[in-house]
Amino acid sequence: MIIKTQQKLRTIVISILLMLVLAVTGCVGNSSNTNASANILNVNNSSEPGSLHPAKAQGTHESWPLRHLFVGLTMVGPNGKVVPGAAKNWDISSDRKTYIFHLREGQKWSNGDPVTAQDFEFAWKHVLNPATASTYAYQLYYIEGAQAYNESKEKDVGKLKALADKVGVKALDKQTLEVRLVNPTAYFDQLVSFYTYYPVDKNVQESNPKWANDAAAFISNGPFRLTEWKHKRDLKMVKNENYFEKDKIKLAGINWAMVEGENTAWQMYRAGKLDLALPLPGDVVGQLKSQKAKDFKIAPEFSTYFYRFNTTKKPFTNAKIRTALAMAIDRATITEHIAQGGQKPAYALVAEGARDANGKEDFRTVGGAYFTENVEQAKRLLAEGLREEGLTSMPKFNIMYNTLDLHKRIAEAIAGMWKQNLGIDVGLENTEFKVKIDREHKLDYSVSRSGWVADFSDPMTFLDMFTSASTQNDTGWKNKQYDAKINIAKQSSNPVIRMKAMHEAEAILMKDMPIIPIYFYTKPYAIKQNISGVYTPADEYPVLMYANIM
Amino acid sequence: MVRYTLQRLGWALFTLWIVITITFILMRLIPGDPFSSEGKMPPGVYENIKAYYHLDRPVVVQYFEYLGSLLTLDFGPSLKSDSITVNDYIRDGFPISLHLGLQALVIGVTFGVIFGVIAALYHNRWPDYVSMILAIIGISVPNFILATVMIQYVAVEWGWLPPATWETWQHTILPSIALALMPLAFIARLMRASMLEVLRQEYIKTAKAKGLTQTIIIMKHTIRNAILPVVTMLSVIAANLVTGSFVIEHIFGIPGMGEMFVKGIFNRDYPVILGSTVFYSAILIFLILLVDLAYTWIDPRITVTGESR
Repeated sequence: MIIKTQQKLRTIVISILLMLVLAVTGCVGNSSNTNASANILNVNNSSEPGSLHPAKAQGTHESWPLRHLFVGLTMVGPNGKVVPGAAKNWDISSDRKTYIFHLREGQKWSNGDPVTAQDFEFAWKHVLNPATASTYAYQLYYIEGAQAYNESKEKDVGKLKALADKVGVKALDKQTLEVRLVNPTAYFDQLVSFYTYYPVDKNVQESNPKWANDAAAFISNGPFRLTEWKHKRDLKMVKNENYFEKDKIKLAGINWAMVEGENTAWQMYRAGKLDLALPLPGDVVGQLKSQKAKDFKIAPEFSTYFYRFNTTKKPFTNAKIRTALAMAIDRATITEHIAQGGQKPAYALVAEGARDANGKEDFRTVGGAYFTENVEQAKRLLAEGLREEGLTSMPKFNIMYNTLDLHKRIAEAIAGMWKQNLGIDVGLENTEFKVKIDREHKLDYSVSRSGWVADFSDPMTFLDMFTSASTQNDTGWKNKQYDAKINIAKQSSNPVIRMKAMHEAEAILMKDMPIIPIYFYTKPYAIKQNISGVYTPADEYPVLMYANIM
Repeated sequence: MVRYTLQRLGWALFTLWIVITITFILMRLIPGDPFSSEGKMPPGVYENIKAYYHLDRPVVVQYFEYLGSLLTLDFGPSLKSDSITVNDYIRDGFPISLHLGLQALVIGVTFGVIFGVIAALYHNRWPDYVSMILAIIGISVPNFILATVMIQYVAVEWGWLPPATWETWQHTILPSIALALMPLAFIARLMRASMLEVLRQEYIKTAKAKGLTQTIIIMKHTIRNAILPVVTMLSVIAANLVTGSFVIEHIFGIPGMGEMFVKGIFNRDYPVILGSTVFYSAILIFLILLVDLAYTWIDPRITVTGESR
């Protein structure tokens, strides 16, 4: 009887296991990309966009989809140069402070409304309205009256409107937009390609202020239009048949996943659920690079990884000590063996990605390196610096970094290099990102890991961060000469004078060394080989609008 | 009974208020700011944003405003997202976390009981060893490792199931299994021990002596009695599964509440932190209240004042 029961049980167990296997195998699907024939591209936006309203968007998770939904007056083209967008051309006054943009005729919003200069004027003033609370409103501060309007505490509607009327943007007619600037801004034609400068359909905004939160109500003027937005799941967009350049758009649509985990997204790419994987996990980058994988690309990125000094804290008050520490880091070891994404060792602040005065050479190429790695010289400088500070040895200090394995490994390596090369004891201090920012603002640190991703392709995006008045300086370093150079560059309309002033400013910064440049970032990514037409400007995520799936 | 119920309800609400207050205070004590970043935001822009979210008002005012909005079940906006409110987050995310948790619970209980029964019936023989080795693996291997291995092989290498996201029922299988592993192993061990104890009881021998078949003895007398400790533990296991799937949700890119809570903390998104804490606290406090009330109904020896006779 017992044997019989055991046999029965065994049969039951085997049946259950078999059913489980069948259940699992029964769901076998085609793991390859089923959207290829439909010409729909699958990418991962990594996270839910906080907002898809141009006035409220901030950061990559918003800007990447927005780049495909809207087009500004200009855009950055495949060759990295500014090309006409919604504007067919523009005139600049002789003092370079007034721009007249001429819009393309016959442009339409995705709902068929005409795109007018009034939409641009309305959108920009909407960004600047204090009640909108736009994070990136300051990107429009180049425009006359913009800062005064945005920072106004005025509660009286009439007086606030008077301030809005003083903002230097005006639709002269349906096709013409006049913009008056505070200073000649050499990169203004590129600034207007930034998403905060995108237009908004005035009629739609006024009739439904929540239009940007709902795919059914979403109206855009770019190559694609939004058709579906499942929060925290995905965004779907299809080709906008009203786009002025629609004949160049080959894709039928783009699906954007919102998978946070880099590893998970990479596995989705491998399983054929994504056509493009960005960002890639660090170890995967190293692996793909060493394998010379055909679907692996390294695109330039206009951003820099650096360490900040708290220059108000002894002995970091001494420039020789700061320079000694900068010179005693072997950057090639960090880029080749730790970061592994094709990053370039940095010996200056401004990354590669901005053209110099001649419009051909890169600002970095012209400026070159400001220091070299030299352990013997670092030792000498450290000894001199310590003597000047009345110290016999370097006191122990910490490198503060925010929680990320890569930052930790880099900090460990740098601490090891300083120990080996200069005999300095350095501790590591891991903090959560917001705590790090808070402590940087309060100058409650010794050395802190930092990074800066450019907003636009001009060296100014890096350099004005370290002026005495900057709220993001966070080093305690102030230098009048530096401020003066930045001022010259900001007020000059002559590209030669501008670039010269910025090179001189960078030289001052690198002589005083309130920051240590470590490396210039890159954008390593993987893209399926049957996809063509994707391009990657240095200050943007890959542009997919001209992509095609073979 | 009515008085007791009202009294317990009052305590539940008081507990919830304590949780809200402590969370509110702790949140404001964490260094960092919801809008701070490595960006260049000028002070004027920062002030506009603070005014927009009423964060420029005194903290005490903010506290009472928040309590006021809770009375209307409004959890407020997300400070990081203009497109979605905390209510939206909960409405969209909780059903998914609940689905995942319940599915994992069903897998964990079903297979845990089966493995436990098999292990006990084949005590000290190979099915017992296999079940218990699996149980030990289940307890000692963290679920995120199992999840990663499953994605690597089941989804990517073999292509049997989708690797991540939450769309069709196929997408739910791997995360549910990964989440179920630990409770499955725990239940298997519990069930085995309980079964072995029951099998040694006198009434089982009596049942055998009466000539009952082995199947009837196992199904009617053994499993039924042995499963009681598992049932007792179910509420704890269920609460852990429904609220504890943060890591699995992250690995599988599941848009549940876990990810929202964790990101809320990193972003200092005060309404999101408060909303998720209050929501989960309310559920747990309500469940505890329900269990307490159920006890008085099931076991008359427990008086309405909560004291045993």
